Amino acid sequence: MNYLTAHPARVAALAAAHLELVGVALAVALLVAVPLGLWAARRRNVAPWLLGVLGAIYTIPSLALLAVLVEWFGLGYTPIFVALVVYAQFMLARNVVAGINGVDRAQVDAARGLGMSPSQILLRVEFPQALPVLIGGVRIAAIAMISIATLGGYVGGVGLGVLIFNGLTLHQPQMIVAGSLAACALAIAVDATLRLAERRTAPR
Amino acid sequence: MVRYPGSDRNAVNGVSFELLGGELVVLLGPSGCGKSTLLRTVNRLVPLDAGRVVVDGRDVTELDPVELRRSIGYVIQAVGLFAHMSVAQNIAVVPSLQGWKGSDVAQRVDELLTLVGLDPAAYRNRRPSQLSGGEAQRVGVARAIAARPRALLMDEPFGAVDVLARTALQRELVRIVRDLETTTLFVTHDVDEAFRLADRIVVMRAGRVEQVAPPLELFDQPATAYVRDTVHAGDDVYRRYFVHARELLRSGNE
Repeated sequence: MNYLTAHPARVAALAAAHLELVGVALAVALLVAVPLGLWAARRRNVAPWLLGVLGAIYTIPSLALLAVLVEWFGLGYTPIFVALVVYAQFMLARNVVAGINGVDRAQVDAARGLGMSPSQILLRVEFPQALPVLIGGVRIAAIAMISIATLGGYVGGVGLGVLIFNGLTLHQPQMIVAGSLAACALAIAVDATLRLAERRTAPR
Repeated sequence: MVRYPGSDRNAVNGVSFELLGGELVVLLGPSGCGKSTLLRTVNRLVPLDAGRVVVDGRDVTELDPVELRRSIGYVIQAVGLFAHMSVAQNIAVVPSLQGWKGSDVAQRVDELLTLVGLDPAAYRNRRPSQLSGGEAQRVGVARAIAARPRALLMDEPFGAVDVLARTALQRELVRIVRDLETTTLFVTHDVDEAFRLADRIVVMRAGRVEQVAPPLELFDQPATAYVRDTVHAGDDVYRRYFVHARELLRSGNE
């Protein structure tokens, strides 16, 4: 705890960088996973195949994946960023598929029959009702990403991992504890915020 | 003619009949006889493999399917109210898609709720989850006729509603179709319902039409043995019951 109280500004700055890394990675991951999930939800034979592949990627140990990515991208920000985007795909795409497929088929039939175009059905009927499920996926992905992002400290990245790995190198357990506690606090705060969003978007 | 991919027989074949303006025609037949498929060819939810469907003098394949569907009301057994919208938003869907002004839409919603027997003040802000089955289908009907379509397609609309609510809904429907002169095609497997509602009945079996006739003519002059058995032709008790049920539905009190 001493490190935390002695250097609050440094911990806060690293936490902010950590959050920014996860936030940007999450945004990019969504830009990939949402279209991917929508596409798979439209084609029943694609979804198991796509989720199978993404699920397999998800099972690769993060340190091993990171090692490969360092080979490709070198040390620094990029490998951990790419790793986060890749890991999030499974959780996000799965929930997009589940959310869209969870919409009552009668509503989709009614929407078609009343004269909504395919994009109107998606935007006005399917997506609003899939949103709570998607946010659930974002929440789980964000928490996992906050934890995986600490590995960034090992490959010359940014965020609270820097504190943890420097602590390991310098034999300063207080730095490790400070980094870990801050990462936990971040995860808890993000979880609570997204839970609230999930509940707000759920149908009353 | 319609044949579904992978099927070895035609779902609908050799069907030909015409609806007059303001007429309520019932497609009657057992499940799997092709009546829903036939209904769904009218608004192009099901494509025809051969033959033509003509609405207001125009072949439906010449029309944009989305525009066509907006001009024809559509009601299904499962109702399909949009769960994330209020009752008013549900009813307003087609008028909004057609670009009506907000104030016109709001006024129309209240008008329609009254028309289908629901108090606008009590119902307009409710969610579909807060409605009974009968109330939900009233809203379903209001949503279908919101933009004043000239035609209405109804696929077993009252099949999942309890008996008391069903009778009330049948009465409202007959009144609405008469008052608004909405040409209506109504699918059911319930002979009793067909006899109550129909100006004419199309009896279907295995994708084909057995007979097209007004209810009592079906009863008095069945064209085939199948029709005779289906409507219990020749049994005077049924005949009196059917006549009575029709009159009751139109009398305003029951």
